[in-house]
Amino acid sequence: MHERFANAYDPFVIPYMIGYVFVLAYLVVALVTVVKNLPMSDRKKMLRHLFSFKLFVTIKDIFADCLLHVKIWKKNKMLGYMHSSIAFGWFMLILVGHIEIFFFAPHRVNLPWYPIFFRYFMMETETSVGGSVFFFLMDFFLLMVLSGIALAMIKRIRRRLFGMKRTTRLKWNDQLAMYSLWCIFPLRFLAESFTSHISGGGFLTRSFGMLFDWFNQFMNNDALIRPMWWAYSIALMVFFLTLPWSRFTHILSEVLLIYMRNAGIRESSKNNGYAGVEIFSCSRCGLCLDPCQMVSSASLRQMASVEFTRNVRLRQNKQAMEAASYCLMCDRCVQACPVGVNSVQLKLNLKAADVKYTYPNRYDYVEAEANPMDTGSAWADILHRTPEAAAPTKKVVRTPEVVYFAGCMSHLTPKIEQAMVRIFEAAGVDFTFLDKDGGICCGRPLMLAGDRTGSEQLVAKNTEAILATGAKVMVCSCPICYKIFKDTYKLEGVQVLHHTEYILQLMEAGKITVRKSSQKGVYHDPCELGRHSGIYRQPRDILYRVLNLQQTPYEGKDALCCGHSMAGEGMPYKKRRMIARDALRKMTENPVDVLVTACPSCKRSFAEIGTEEIRDIAEIVCDQLVTR
Amino acid sequence: MKDFGFGIKKSGVIDLDKADMSLMREIAAEEPSFLHCFYCGTCTATCSAGKYTGFNLRRLQLLIKRGQLDEVSERISECMLCGKCQWVCPKGVNTRHVVMLVNKKLHARKIR
Repeated sequence: MHERFANAYDPFVIPYMIGYVFVLAYLVVALVTVVKNLPMSDRKKMLRHLFSFKLFVTIKDIFADCLLHVKIWKKNKMLGYMHSSIAFGWFMLILVGHIEIFFFAPHRVNLPWYPIFFRYFMMETETSVGGSVFFFLMDFFLLMVLSGIALAMIKRIRRRLFGMKRTTRLKWNDQLAMYSLWCIFPLRFLAESFTSHISGGGFLTRSFGMLFDWFNQFMNNDALIRPMWWAYSIALMVFFLTLPWSRFTHILSEVLLIYMRNAGIRESSKNNGYAGVEIFSCSRCGLCLDPCQMVSSASLRQMASVEFTRNVRLRQNKQAMEAASYCLMCDRCVQACPVGVNSVQLKLNLKAADVKYTYPNRYDYVEAEANPMDTGSAWADILHRTPEAAAPTKKVVRTPEVVYFAGCMSHLTPKIEQAMVRIFEAAGVDFTFLDKDGGICCGRPLMLAGDRTGSEQLVAKNTEAILATGAKVMVCSCPICYKIFKDTYKLEGVQVLHHTEYILQLMEAGKITVRKSSQKGVYHDPCELGRHSGIYRQPRDILYRVLNLQQTPYEGKDALCCGHSMAGEGMPYKKRRMIARDALRKMTENPVDVLVTACPSCKRSFAEIGTEEIRDIAEIVCDQLVTR
Repeated sequence: MKDFGFGIKKSGVIDLDKADMSLMREIAAEEPSFLHCFYCGTCTATCSAGKYTGFNLRRLQLLIKRGQLDEVSERISECMLCGKCQWVCPKGVNTRHVVMLVNKKLHARKIR
């Protein structure tokens, strides 16, 4: 009995130490690999962040996200408690355990196993103030972790209690890691209870230990003590050894992810470095499953982001590519992710890596005709509407205030274009309709398909044409175009606006006046305008003035996808329709007169399915114009 | 001999037994809707690129199915992937995916 207090060692610490050394080694190798894959500028950012005041923000974020899981609390209280009780409780057990050593056995602080198996090596009394406080704290946090693990077990059976319709199916590596994690704390509880008549214990371990003592009087030995500590140690080892190949890698990598994110590092164009940390940070919690419309409406569960990141991690390129080519990139999973994994960017990177062809001067055929400086071209016609410009000169005579770019999709829904032209005319704005007779694509579809060089070539062509008009404001009707014009194009001195923003500006400046109709309508946020570009307020401000706007549960960031985005080229048409039909049904559950959207693609998508009236915001405004 | 611009016309006969159907098979395996095309030409009528060049998706699909890949590899890069053709296709052919696949497969053949 006394040698264990004197030696502070027992063979059962060996399994734990194997796991401990392994995890440390893994951590070093992983960190070196990540830093090696970062560009030099990002490495500098990482180093600079270490010595800046923002480090405190990072520590706060790590505390809030990794330990308390604040984002999950906001989704569901039960789920939040489950995650934070395990993470925060475990952290506190480690922290308080170390403090305890400083109090009672400062000379043992250098033994890494000592705090883990403290109760076995140390006898302490609950009669002292210090002792009783530590006993209470350790038992309290142990109870917290145990309650979390109990909830985790319940969640595998009754996930609806936790606000989840679906959760991930686990493969054997995840199962092994998860079951060993579940075992660690009950085993610790048993081991400490069985030892409590020697080393003392708190409200939980001591009271259970007394029960055990009562049994013990019949058996009259302490035969179960050491096997329990062995089991506890082995459970820890199994958990540590499976950690790098399981979902629980996120415990380590999420800390790094938050640090890198706060240091200002963003997704690169390749899936290593920061993006690699993101892949390992996916905890496979499955919170992205319910929002994904491929899963809920089109029964394409294997295409969900959580499966995608897993396939990327396991280098199952074929499955990962398939998921990437199916994904509509509506961003709903990214919004739902509590870790902040931008899986849409990861998919784009993967797609781009698969596009190996490049064509030099691929779109030079546009040059001669699309250049608005040229006469006789489709685009030039528009510029030469004024009589003096109609003369066959090579110069653009007038500089319009606004250049209007309808986009390819709007050409398929000409009512939007006509409405916009009427609005421009009613406001008395001098405008140029850049692609009236069919312009070229904005480049976003190519970008979403992974063809980055092709996209750049189109961007260059369009930039030239837009700057040549000399307009200071550019209005586009298609959110797909809007997104790339705003983010990727370098249009210096040109303000890029979506027509919802522009119409609102016109209304607020008093250039157009509208009357309010009694029509009941709901607004559908297009993915590219809402989640991708953050425009939620403007369309609603407009609609409040022109119709009786109703609310749906799918507003703002929770908006649904129409199923026909420019990504997802691999998705069959049937599946797209299933998504569209479901989205339309959900949004029109309470009957309305009209469903308003701000994207030609969404409009077409819903219009071909239902009998409901689907209209673009520009059409609605155009109808309600008060002409003076 | 001086070239007067006249000559014997090449035979237009396509021997489907000897034609190179591998590209068609590869694409059809990854995008089954490729086989649904019934050559109505709606895609070509709406095509953004077709406004400026002779790019003709209907023709390219037909050529792939006949194994005449020369014109396909010459023209396929002109597509801007804007997706109008996909929207108007009455048979729901995933035209954007077909174009992507043709690009990828032809590139893989060149480097092989």
